[in-house]
Amino acid sequence: MKVIVIGNGMVGFKFCEKILTRGIPDLQLSVFGEEMLPAYDRVHLSEYFAGKSAYDLSMAPVQWYADNGITLHLGDPVLEIDRGKKVIRSFKGVEESYDYLVFATGSSSFVPRIAGTDKEGVFVYRTLEDLNLIARHAPNCRSAAVIGGGLLGLEAAKAMLDLGIQDTHVVEFAPRLMPRQIDDKGSAILRRQLEEMGITVHTNRNTAAILGNASITGMIFTDGTILAVDMLVISAGIKPRDELAASCDLDLGPRGGIVVNDSMQTNDPSIYAIGECAVHQGAVYGLVAPGYEMAEIVAEGLAGRVKTFSAFDMSTKLKLLGVDVASFGNPFADEEARSIVFEDNAKGIYKRINISSDGKRLLGGILVGDASEYNMLLQTCRNALTLPPSPEALILPRGEGKSSASGVAALPDDAVICSCEGVTKGAICAKTLEGNETVDALKKCTGAGTGCGGCVPMVKDLMVHTLKANGKYVRNVLCEHFAYSRQELFDLIKIHQLQTFDEVLDKLGKGHGCEICKPAIASVLASLWADMILEKGNDTAQDTNDRFLANIQKGGTYSVVPRIPGGEITPDKLIRLGEVAKKYHLYTKITGGQRIDMFGAHVGDLPFIWSELIAAGFESGHAYGKALRTVKSCVGSTWCRFGLHDSVSYAIRVEERYRGLRAPYKIKSAVSGCIRECAEAQSKDFGIIATEKGWNLYVCGNGGSKPQHALLLASDIDSETCIRYIDRFLMFYIRTADQLTRTATWLNKMEGGIDYLRNVVVHDSLGMAEQWEREMQALVDSYRCEWKAAIENPEIRKRFAHFVNAPEEKDPTVRFDELRGHKKAADWK
Amino acid sequence: MTAKIAVTWVKACRVEDVPINGGVCVKLGEEQIALFYFTRRNEWFATQNECPHRRQMALSRGMIGTAGDTPKVACPFHKKTFSLVTGECLNGEECTIRIYPVRVDEGVVFIGI
Repeated sequence: MKVIVIGNGMVGFKFCEKILTRGIPDLQLSVFGEEMLPAYDRVHLSEYFAGKSAYDLSMAPVQWYADNGITLHLGDPVLEIDRGKKVIRSFKGVEESYDYLVFATGSSSFVPRIAGTDKEGVFVYRTLEDLNLIARHAPNCRSAAVIGGGLLGLEAAKAMLDLGIQDTHVVEFAPRLMPRQIDDKGSAILRRQLEEMGITVHTNRNTAAILGNASITGMIFTDGTILAVDMLVISAGIKPRDELAASCDLDLGPRGGIVVNDSMQTNDPSIYAIGECAVHQGAVYGLVAPGYEMAEIVAEGLAGRVKTFSAFDMSTKLKLLGVDVASFGNPFADEEARSIVFEDNAKGIYKRINISSDGKRLLGGILVGDASEYNMLLQTCRNALTLPPSPEALILPRGEGKSSASGVAALPDDAVICSCEGVTKGAICAKTLEGNETVDALKKCTGAGTGCGGCVPMVKDLMVHTLKANGKYVRNVLCEHFAYSRQELFDLIKIHQLQTFDEVLDKLGKGHGCEICKPAIASVLASLWADMILEKGNDTAQDTNDRFLANIQKGGTYSVVPRIPGGEITPDKLIRLGEVAKKYHLYTKITGGQRIDMFGAHVGDLPFIWSELIAAGFESGHAYGKALRTVKSCVGSTWCRFGLHDSVSYAIRVEERYRGLRAPYKIKSAVSGCIRECAEAQSKDFGIIATEKGWNLYVCGNGGSKPQHALLLASDIDSETCIRYIDRFLMFYIRTADQLTRTATWLNKMEGGIDYLRNVVVHDSLGMAEQWEREMQALVDSYRCEWKAAIENPEIRKRFAHFVNAPEEKDPTVRFDELRGHKKAADWK
Repeated sequence: MTAKIAVTWVKACRVEDVPINGGVCVKLGEEQIALFYFTRRNEWFATQNECPHRRQMALSRGMIGTAGDTPKVACPFHKKTFSLVTGECLNGEECTIRIYPVRVDEGVVFIGI
């Protein structure tokens, strides 16, 4: 059977994957794609600007097609189809006959009829090529607008922010953002969140024309107002790519798109259409899951089995600029439905569920700001599960002890968990029982979670639930070389008094280590014995930053961060930093932790830079380590008219106590001199705030990608008690956390939460307090500056060279560019 | 691997110049080559120093280890891993790194180019 696929997008690719598994004899498969790249993940397109490469986004390498016997023609669109002779002809002149033809031509951006869309600086947002054009234009832009406040439009707005354009606008014709998915209230919350990020939202705006001569200078709306912008991205919807279908007289829908029946057949029975180019019962589906379902139906059809497509659920969950947005089932209430709404304006959360009038069934809903219940709600809705007597509990914030895993047990076996790949609960549980006991293994054998990835937490819950239900102990192991968790390894290394990575591997592991276990164990060794991390042969077990005691940056140079305890520094030391930076041509920047970072140091210059810094009285800042970073402080009572205590002195004391301490992940701290909290202590792993009577100690806060406020551990305590509590808290964390787990995540996973932690640290419920304080004191006493040790040891010092056989030469491939009179690393090639 | 290709052996450094279970970068003319001494397996490997993912001259600073029985190196930038035997990327990407033969003679390490 000879099958030709026109189009190599996500759905076209998925069709190839599916048809290969149907065991069709003598299958000959050819694919013609218009783009130069093989199919890539368009759903995560905006991550291209956040650092992902075309490689990262690709669905499968070119080699995959060859390995599976598929003839792939890239950069070669099909131009003609002779339906009588069943032959196609391509742009490059390839002529091929077919038994079956599958249109997977996708869609292009719908560009509204506005005068001036041909001006320079006006783009659409659809392909990697579009993104490259946008990226090339962006450096000259200070402002940008996006037409379209739907899913794609907001993705495009994120891309503008990722490209560094501060002044970004979203222009929507409808009265609210995402009009098809969410209601007015949800939209208002989303809008507020976006505006906090610096995006200006204009609703009820109809663009009349684009201004400017050759290049865009702005846009004018039908109400006469003008918005000045340097760039415009149009993302106002999609238009099925049906021009080829039209040229060979296939039936098209009234608003475009190739008309198909329930088997995805066009009016020519040997021609199919799938994905965004197809119109089924008047609807074009602009999501990937229905496209994959269509691919499945054609694959089944060609294998001689009958499967039909019916109206597809358009439930969706995404993260738009860090804000969760989800809608499922029928998001808008009908006459016979009742709605329950939960709103928290302070946190930016809006949740709404629509319930049948008898209160028994969930019909649909909307989640903005927190979509953690999405998977469970979607399953409840799809499988028509009976609702509990008080359904509001489904969306109210979680109380203690209620876990989402309890919910998966109630699902029927045929509940579809992964809608991208159509994987059911039954399949996941069965594969778990066959021995696929990790999420990665389940992804591989079932395909679940390999599409949008939204169901991965539920796949994990199902796996854990299945293992537990079958009496299996769920092991948390480090990697293929160690069948222990980090906590178990910590205890074993201590009991056996192991000193080096090799000893640990010989005694407790197998094989020869890897990039996961090496740094994790090197960190445990440093936490336990406080040896200089580059001694005893442990240097090559360190991750690169620890190995060179500096942070590797784009281009392969390093950044240098001396410790500036509490952010206090004398003018003389500031001058010395400036002199050193000048001498070694370093880019300087103030860090978020009140220090000074110096970028662009060649590896061979590091010992020389540090010799000068140490002579000037500086020491390592451990910015490269999973270790204490900074203890930030406000100016406190020495100068501030509101300050209650001397926060700077206390911050310096705390920073000098814990400097160099190695932990499962980086640790940050801060001290504020009063409740105004200028040092932002509640966003730190441990934060201290002055009160009238002493200090309040907060723990397990986090900035970063998942911000979380620290929780109050103890209040109105004196300076000595506070230090003792921090000693115990840190030792407990270092001893029990998984590798690369911040204190916030560690606490979130802890049974009993903050109350349990308080019992352990404050009330000494484990009887460990004295031992932990003693162990911490031993670590404090054994502190020495790693950089001082490194430059004094000739064996260690000689490793700081780019070429082993030409140690004085620098890496000639290092390149810098200029920006605002400073240097910067050259962009990724 | 059946065809015999004429190899020129170039002196790189001495055995003790390379850290135990680690790598160094060797300059051979205009080429940068990553040289690894996998002491635990008593094996030597040499590859191109440039990681093909973001084209960074960094593989010699990567951690080495094994996946199953395959010796590998992880790029310090984004932890892409490559087989030290075949040069293929072990994260399912289509990039491959060049590998070179290594010979040790009386404490001196030679790389075949």
